[in-house]
Amino acid sequence: MQDIEQLLDRMTDDLRAHISARGLSSLCPVGIRTGGVWVAQALRRRLGIETECGELDITFYRDDFSRIGLHPRVSPSRLPFETEGQHLLLVDDVIMSGRTIRAAMNELFDYGRPESITLAALVDLGRRELPIQPDVTGTHQSLGARQRIKLRGPEPLELTVEEVPDA
Amino acid sequence: MPDSSRRLQLTADGELRHFLAIEGLDEPLLTRILDTADSFIEVGERTIKKVPLLRGRTVVNLFFEPSTRTRSTFELAAKRLSADVLNLDIGTSATSKGESLSDTLLNLRAMASDMFVMRHSQSGAPHFVAQSVTPDVAIINAGDGRHEHPTQAMLDMLTIRQHMKTFSGLRVAIVGDVQHSRVARSQIRALNTLGVDEVRLIAPDTLLPHEPEALGARVFHRMEEGLRNVDVIIMLRLQHERMEGALLPSESEFYRMYGLTREKLAYANPGALVMHPGPINRGVEIESAVADGPQSVILGQVTNGIAVRMAVMSMAMGGQLNERQSGTSEGVASS
Repeated sequence: MQDIEQLLDRMTDDLRAHISARGLSSLCPVGIRTGGVWVAQALRRRLGIETECGELDITFYRDDFSRIGLHPRVSPSRLPFETEGQHLLLVDDVIMSGRTIRAAMNELFDYGRPESITLAALVDLGRRELPIQPDVTGTHQSLGARQRIKLRGPEPLELTVEEVPDA
Repeated sequence: MPDSSRRLQLTADGELRHFLAIEGLDEPLLTRILDTADSFIEVGERTIKKVPLLRGRTVVNLFFEPSTRTRSTFELAAKRLSADVLNLDIGTSATSKGESLSDTLLNLRAMASDMFVMRHSQSGAPHFVAQSVTPDVAIINAGDGRHEHPTQAMLDMLTIRQHMKTFSGLRVAIVGDVQHSRVARSQIRALNTLGVDEVRLIAPDTLLPHEPEALGARVFHRMEEGLRNVDVIIMLRLQHERMEGALLPSESEFYRMYGLTREKLAYANPGALVMHPGPINRGVEIESAVADGPQSVILGQVTNGIAVRMAVMSMAMGGQLNERQSGTSEGVASS
């Protein structure tokens, strides 16, 4: 797996280019728990953003509630700034189906109407099920059917690929 | 009873599918309810206080006994979960036309109801429905006879945890009409399960259940002794409507002995929490200066009531849907 510091550096460069191309004045970072919050904090430091990181727990917005019920671990979302009219930087560690991002955007809109949302993901695994694409990506990977990728953290951040045992 | 209550309330995976009683539920599950409720409190502070968990689900509030406050917090909780809500005041409708409870419920199930929030004057009525009538509809007990009122107890636990951070080491006194109080029964069980140091009951013998020690509580007859070194004081409402015969000399006599005044509050630990499930009878159970005073958390209890009800409704609905999908519920009705 590639060096995570390099991935974050590349994302920071791409985000700077994105910010200037779009003329975004200031971005408010929001990470999706748990890994997305770590990545959001790392990007925030590199970009020199002063606004504190928001943290989203998307449990109440998941689309698999009717299949698997309420996830056992839920903690309150925390957005330490007004989202109304703001440019948001939404960050997750891994994007695959796109369902997590859909849930996160639905949740964000319950806090108010942001001016824009920029999406950044550390790892893009492809296999999208919804028409959602990150603006900035650290790396593209493809995994075998029994492989799962996991971000460990917060210090140091480390990406590992795990084999899932047969059910 | 604890075992059968546990089996009835939980799926094979140990998930909540009905919420009928504190009895039979263990510490990890009660803690999960409180943790989930904490997240719903945050939802209540947003611009849009609604999450989509129960969108497209139908919740029926079935109140066989009148209640304004409990019913309206359940209604608000269901609406904040995006459910469709039907309020039925059964006392004035079907049953007065001679329809049986089972027939009423089967009709409601046929309207594709997913959850019944039920209050009934008969102890065990929600258990009966969950077991024998409509096991595939999630049942939430909103108070049954003198048995339990588990959501009220859990909102009290949430309030205590918010202020005290932990249950271990706490002494909690429950004051007043314990005998007629389903809330007290649920509270005593929840407090003991969550691991407080001591639960005390302060009341005259006429307002105590027959074997209070069997519930896991220590009995006191005088406030001066019972409130000493206590961290939380839970006042109960005098249940005028449940009083049969002369259990009390008079309300003013009760107030003199057991009413929570500033003087009596001084026996408890400094900063002890003052709680009351409401509606409060000022000058009967509690002095206004105490009810409105700095140690009172009575209004916070109401806010917490919505969050706790959102938590148990979404957890039970999740367990119920999960079970419907895996088709394991057939065995329930016959077991």
